Amino acid sequence: MAHALSHIKVLDLGHHIAGPYCSRLLADYGAEVIKVEMPGEGDGARRQGPFLHDVPHPEKSGLFLYLNYNKRAITLNLKTDSGRKLFKELVRDADVLVENFEPRVMAGLGLDYRALEEINPRLVMTSISNFGQSGPYRDFKASELVVYAMGGLMYIIGAYDREPLKHGLSQGQYLAAATAASATMAAIYARGDEGVGQHIDVAIAESIMMGMFMHAGPYGYQGAVMRRQPKVGAIFDDVMTTKDGYIAPVFYGYVDWDAFSRFMDCPELADPKFGSLAGRLMNSAEFEALLLPKIAQWYKDDLFHAAQEWRFAFGIVNTPEDLVKCPQLQERGFFVDIDHPLAGRLTYPGPPFKMSQTPAQVHRAAPLMGQHNEEVYGALGYTRADLVALREREVI
Amino acid sequence: MSGKPLSGVRILDLGAAWAIPIATRHLAMLGAEVIHIESCARPDVSRYGQHAENTTEGRFWETGGRHNHINMNKKAITLDLTRDEGVRLFKELVKISDVVAENFSPRVMRNLGLHYEALREIRPDLIMISSSGFGHSGPWAHYGAWGMGMEPTGGISHFTGYIEGRPIKSGIPYTDIPSAMHGTLAMLIALDYRRRSGEGQFIDLSQNEVSVQQIGEAIMDYTMNGRAQARMGNRHPSMAPHGCYRSQGNDKWIAIAVSSDEEWQALCHAMGDPPWSSEERFKDALSRWHNQDELDRLIEEWTEARDHHETMHTLQRAGVPCGAVLTPKELFLDPHYRERGYIQMVAHPREEGMEHLGTRPYIGFPWKMSRTETTLERSPILGEHNEYVFGELLGLPREEMEKLEREGIIGREPLSMEPTSVGSTTVPLSLMKEMGRIEEWDEDFHQILGLDTGPP
Repeated sequence: MAHALSHIKVLDLGHHIAGPYCSRLLADYGAEVIKVEMPGEGDGARRQGPFLHDVPHPEKSGLFLYLNYNKRAITLNLKTDSGRKLFKELVRDADVLVENFEPRVMAGLGLDYRALEEINPRLVMTSISNFGQSGPYRDFKASELVVYAMGGLMYIIGAYDREPLKHGLSQGQYLAAATAASATMAAIYARGDEGVGQHIDVAIAESIMMGMFMHAGPYGYQGAVMRRQPKVGAIFDDVMTTKDGYIAPVFYGYVDWDAFSRFMDCPELADPKFGSLAGRLMNSAEFEALLLPKIAQWYKDDLFHAAQEWRFAFGIVNTPEDLVKCPQLQERGFFVDIDHPLAGRLTYPGPPFKMSQTPAQVHRAAPLMGQHNEEVYGALGYTRADLVALREREVI
Repeated sequence: MSGKPLSGVRILDLGAAWAIPIATRHLAMLGAEVIHIESCARPDVSRYGQHAENTTEGRFWETGGRHNHINMNKKAITLDLTRDEGVRLFKELVKISDVVAENFSPRVMRNLGLHYEALREIRPDLIMISSSGFGHSGPWAHYGAWGMGMEPTGGISHFTGYIEGRPIKSGIPYTDIPSAMHGTLAMLIALDYRRRSGEGQFIDLSQNEVSVQQIGEAIMDYTMNGRAQARMGNRHPSMAPHGCYRSQGNDKWIAIAVSSDEEWQALCHAMGDPPWSSEERFKDALSRWHNQDELDRLIEEWTEARDHHETMHTLQRAGVPCGAVLTPKELFLDPHYRERGYIQMVAHPREEGMEHLGTRPYIGFPWKMSRTETTLERSPILGEHNEYVFGELLGLPREEMEKLEREGIIGREPLSMEPTSVGSTTVPLSLMKEMGRIEEWDEDFHQILGLDTGPP
């Protein structure tokens, strides 16, 4: 079958998560991605855990391996004149350049969009940064925690009387990456017949702010500042304890409350005073005292499936182990096993959506540092002797 | 660049609530003609709640903040798909459309006879995206899923929460956002492929699978080391200080994330080099990490006497990564987002029953393009484009449209005009404040935001 993006060549100057996940999404659907790393250092994700068996090794970081499968990799020192010259040769033939440096970095190297479009007007340059390429916070120093704070999402997550919380792990980076991949495709589509590329500016903080679609509006519509919710009466904003973990009952839209009391084997819950959200709020202490002991009698998986059979769309707090062993994910072939020369055979999350005519592919493991130097530079006409000279001068 | 990139692309948006309507919002802003399809019996649930001025008087279904944010730049029609005539008309629309986007439970479209195989017969190069909780195949395909439950089910909640505390749900249907972004990407890939090959296709997007993508490195930790990292609040596996600190005022906070000795020195200096900062236990990164309970307490003594914006600017000038925890109000007023055009004011028509809607602030388009212009246009009114879609596009004669209206297959008003019957209850904001459900309530927010809400 065809691969949707086999006509697209991507240069991936990305590091850590946002840039690399953006270009991996394009690679999953067929784009040819060349990852460009600084000789000696490489992508910082190589130095970040989790590591196979907890032994730090640049080729055994789970983060790096996961975000960079389906790509080839070269090394190139952009701080040297020869390095920049080589890079421009690569740009000449590329459709897309993905980078997530701080905004001043590419300009400092003389490789900003203005310079690169002169070499290749068809180029789509996708820049991902904490606050974007313009505006008063452009050069602010930040990390996932900081962009979560300034994207607004943090203020509404967590306990009423405690400090706001960010989501676990690096949600903002992934969100910005998926946003950037969409933006890149929009620019590819826009390039169309006229053949003119453009510069894409994705701010991670703005990607996070998309998550405020429920909590920002009340200020502009009512003058009300939404916040972290008080515990009392917020029972369904919380997870509930079962014998072996947590379950997350969700009631949204129409709920057959009578059926729910039968499902929970708790006739007292059928009292109409619990039948509406407002009623459950008003009588929350009594409601919790009835419901929580019933929930606690179940194993979480049993309760989840039983609820679904009763048409209650419960959620369940899944651990990574639950997910890797999940029959639904397995049946759909979501996880893939990939052989890697140093990390061995491991199970990875596979591509995120299924396309009937142009299915995603997982066709190569994450590259070793500089693994494809000969192949890629060779295609530009450089000989082995040239590569030795470049290596001696620390260009590659 | 001439025109918008997706002009000429027509998308039938059967999405309700969040994931698909958010994805199609982006395509509408790129110029696609997105026709949001509701029915008078079941307008999009996003129309109910968060009503302008907290009132359900008048045409309250036009004044819901969530709907009006998510459905910007779209057209809207009503069509009752539970009636044969509704299904027939939908198929007529499919013939002249490029994409069908929906996020029902997988059984719904099949039961209506509107699954991809059926639609492809009438429009062979159709692109269809179905976004669901668990995907359209597998033993859980028929399971119900709401966004609020998918955050835990997809593994994200397990990593979200205070140290030694329970897993936490964010309180928003969070996974709808990454699902919308991956859905946007999928539709753009499919449109690009179709333009080159002439082929349409079916996209099966599982929110659960998207969520697992978003915690990929933690899945790797399990498959490599058989382990799941514990919840760590706002802390970082190796950096300290790394947290959220109380600032001056009610529920005001500043996030600080120190990643190097240099940044630590800069922080100490900005705090006036307090004697404790040079103690042995905070001297190097590892010691700071091990002593962060005490470290956090001492830093908070400094931050809580200061305004969070002021602290942010002081520390940023010193080179310390930090940011004020912005409230919804602060987001709308923030100079950065305003300068970048990410927050924009958009005017609604002053029609009868919704005169009080006026102009409102909206979060804009989530990326900037140097050549393609993207504009924010107000969300449509229920059934606003019936005339255009059924009359102009399908060429139905006026009598037939009137008949459809009489039969309730199309219309401009919901069947149920009673707010409480659709869950649109409003609680006085003073009571909401008393209950702790909102942090504050500005009666003069129109002035604060500079909204034009004067008399029509």
